[in-house]
Amino acid sequence: MATSYGAAAILGVIVVLGVITFAIRFSFIALFGRLDRIPPRIERLLHYVPPAVLAALVLPSLLVFQPDGGVAVDKLLAGGVATGVAWRTEDILATMAAGMLVLWAVRLAPV
Amino acid sequence: MDRSDLRRGVRDSAPLLPGVVPFGIVVGIASVDAGLQLLEAVAMSVVVFAGASQLAALDLLGSDAPLTVVLVTGTVINLRMLMYSASIAPYFRQLSGRWKAALAYVLTDQAYALSIVRYRSDRPVDRVAYYLGVGGTLWVAWQFATVGGFVLGAGVPDAWGLDFAVPLVFLAVLVPTIENRPGVVAAVVGGSVAVVAGGLPLNLGLLVGAGAGIGGGLAAEGVWEDGDGD
Repeated sequence: MATSYGAAAILGVIVVLGVITFAIRFSFIALFGRLDRIPPRIERLLHYVPPAVLAALVLPSLLVFQPDGGVAVDKLLAGGVATGVAWRTEDILATMAAGMLVLWAVRLAPV
Repeated sequence: MDRSDLRRGVRDSAPLLPGVVPFGIVVGIASVDAGLQLLEAVAMSVVVFAGASQLAALDLLGSDAPLTVVLVTGTVINLRMLMYSASIAPYFRQLSGRWKAALAYVLTDQAYALSIVRYRSDRPVDRVAYYLGVGGTLWVAWQFATVGGFVLGAGVPDAWGLDFAVPLVFLAVLVPTIENRPGVVAAVVGGSVAVVAGGLPLNLGLLVGAGAGIGGGLAAEGVWEDGDGD
């Protein structure tokens, strides 16, 4: 879907997200000597950020409800196979290839 | 600067490119889908240079989420890099501020993972040279891949369903981040809540799911702390 935001808003997102991202990367590298380590409680929390956020990004795209209440079978199957491949290989290319192939196979299969 | 360590960094990062390049291509395609111009897509890859957050921001921009939600989501995804920054900081302590800033800019999951292993080994290494070998290679590959994806995305018909590659990339990035049982809980709770909260206004489902997942992971860690929850 194409955004309805104009060029200024897009540029704003790029610049602000860029500045924040750089600040995160630079944080402890810049402050070393004054602030040497992350407080343990925060560090524990940070460990769960990637699995929680990434799963929250992934699952709603694999488990898609259609207007009639049913689940989109092509995406569910493709996602299931891709999850297995990701687990076994931890390889982006293999995961993408498996998921896309299953998606196309299900869509082209005569039902 | 030690040229052989620079070359070693380039060489060590080469096996990562089959993962980085398709990821970048998907980001390029997502930029087209979100309605960005080529120059905007390039600007994003250069300025932000963080794949997962770029992809999430593009996805949300495409569905006209409020800009605050776009920015908060993109930021939360990058919070993990606080850990890398803290972990690698001691090895950069003697460098000038300008060098530190330059190295911080190319800090990624891969640059961190390769460099920290090399720094912790007993072999002497020119830290900056090695790190730049890795980070520079990844940076160049990322820029080319996103531009390539943009060009490709502009030419591929919607019927191919190439937008489905986006969750597949996230899936491939997700799995290795699950290190233990509380990590499984964080992912399962985060994903399920995001599905249920999918109908929330302002595209808040993602952040609500992420928050629930983090809470779930911490709670599970508490439960398993005295047990064998690796």
